[in-house]
Amino acid sequence: MSSMETSNLTIDTLRKMFEAGKRFDGRGLFDLREIKVGFDVSNKAEGSARVSLGKTEVVVGVKLQVGEPYPDSMDKGNLMVSGDMLPLASPRFQAGPPDFYAIELPRLVDRAIRESKIIDLKKLVVKEGEKVWTVIIDIYPINDDGNLIDAATIGAVAALRNTFLPGLDKDSKIDYDKKTKEKLPLSKEMGPFSFTFYKLGNSLLLDPTREEAEACDVRVTFGLSSYNKGYMINSCQKSGRTPFTQEEIEKMMEILPKKFEEVSERLKKIL
Amino acid sequence: MAEKFKRPSGRALNELRPMIAKVGIVPNADGSAMFSFGKTVAIAAVYGPRQLHPQHMQDPATGILRVNYDLLSFSVADRKKPGPSRRSQEISKMTEWALSPVLDLEAFPNTVIDVQIYILQADAGTRTAGINAASLALAHAGIPMRNLVCSVALGKQDKEIIVDLDKDEEDFEDGEGATDFPLAKIANTDEFTLLQLDGKIPPERVKEVLDMANKCFEEIYEVQKKALKEVVEK
Repeated sequence: MSSMETSNLTIDTLRKMFEAGKRFDGRGLFDLREIKVGFDVSNKAEGSARVSLGKTEVVVGVKLQVGEPYPDSMDKGNLMVSGDMLPLASPRFQAGPPDFYAIELPRLVDRAIRESKIIDLKKLVVKEGEKVWTVIIDIYPINDDGNLIDAATIGAVAALRNTFLPGLDKDSKIDYDKKTKEKLPLSKEMGPFSFTFYKLGNSLLLDPTREEAEACDVRVTFGLSSYNKGYMINSCQKSGRTPFTQEEIEKMMEILPKKFEEVSERLKKIL
Repeated sequence: MAEKFKRPSGRALNELRPMIAKVGIVPNADGSAMFSFGKTVAIAAVYGPRQLHPQHMQDPATGILRVNYDLLSFSVADRKKPGPSRRSQEISKMTEWALSPVLDLEAFPNTVIDVQIYILQADAGTRTAGINAASLALAHAGIPMRNLVCSVALGKQDKEIIVDLDKDEEDFEDGEGATDFPLAKIANTDEFTLLQLDGKIPPERVKEVLDMANKCFEEIYEVQKKALKEVVEK
């Protein structure tokens, strides 16, 4: 009964296991599951990617439109990130208006992407002050087995790297059938990647399965990018009631660069 | 080597804007307060614990904290369309989580504590001013609390870590640009209840930020305590 709630007994067992540094699937607390990245989910998208983290799977597509610049950023293209928690992907997702999690996920990915400045939005101006490219990243989970946020961020970056601008006619109208060889103006740095730490009792862990995630009290997501041979946290958000102590936050700061290097290494050949 | 960094406002790096706190500003409410950081003004009112409707949302194991944060339409330069936005919904939820760890909600089963926060005038730091006001309003309502929650946004302008950014500082674009790092903490503990960030900060500098924030929380706590004492002694 996949839709049953995590029982107190399971939560208790997990708490004890985490305290001993153990997990059901044999991983250490900060070990990530296998990451797989594929491309070309849809040839109608300007770029797309499919990412899996263990059994969690997400598809991400990038569509480009020509639109007006926002009044407060006339010299820049626009970025939009949206997400839809498809009821297809989990017994937990219901049709209807988005709940908080469904609103939060694309906002977290948006901030990690936007604040890392991976996209040079200033280069996405079609006609100064009048027409700019709007980059729309759409995220759909296909199977939720925990840690959708981190999978979605990898998916968004992969889809952006795989995006080609469509052709434009004289009046700056898009011809979606005429694909160009021109890629988006992206930074050469790796990332951004997001890392979401979950906490149960006094234990911290990364990349939980759905069962582990549901047992946890609270999580905090960090968007991280490389910058001048160092690292930058570009975004952060704590979600959940339980506080984090300063010691815990400092511990996460030590782990973040190591995990960034690990993911970069694993994805180096693909991205 | 480097020239000494000056904030446009002339404030020291670790200097908060002048704070004003006042308790008991909405007579109808069970508890209420205003809190301002310089030109940012937040008001908050608490109703409850009261019966939660619809009934199916009631939880016999615990009471619920329900926060609504929003900007008044004329609190910002470009009029804000009235009604909830994704931003305000997110901040409402963050505020709920920032405040609820100090409340013993299980003592009030089947009930809701409603916290309403509105920003009258926005000059950055609205969610943190809102949390400070709401924390005071909860105390004023006589709801048992472990302690007050204190909140402030730290940030970075290029490479300098500064406290309590105003709007001009938040819009800074040179060098590494501006970083906004709103935090909240349970007073006199080591527990952070709000962590959010937009911008750029190296992981190795986060400790420095938290240490600076701890100093700010002490100052905010004093202002909050003084405001509460004023109504008690009246």
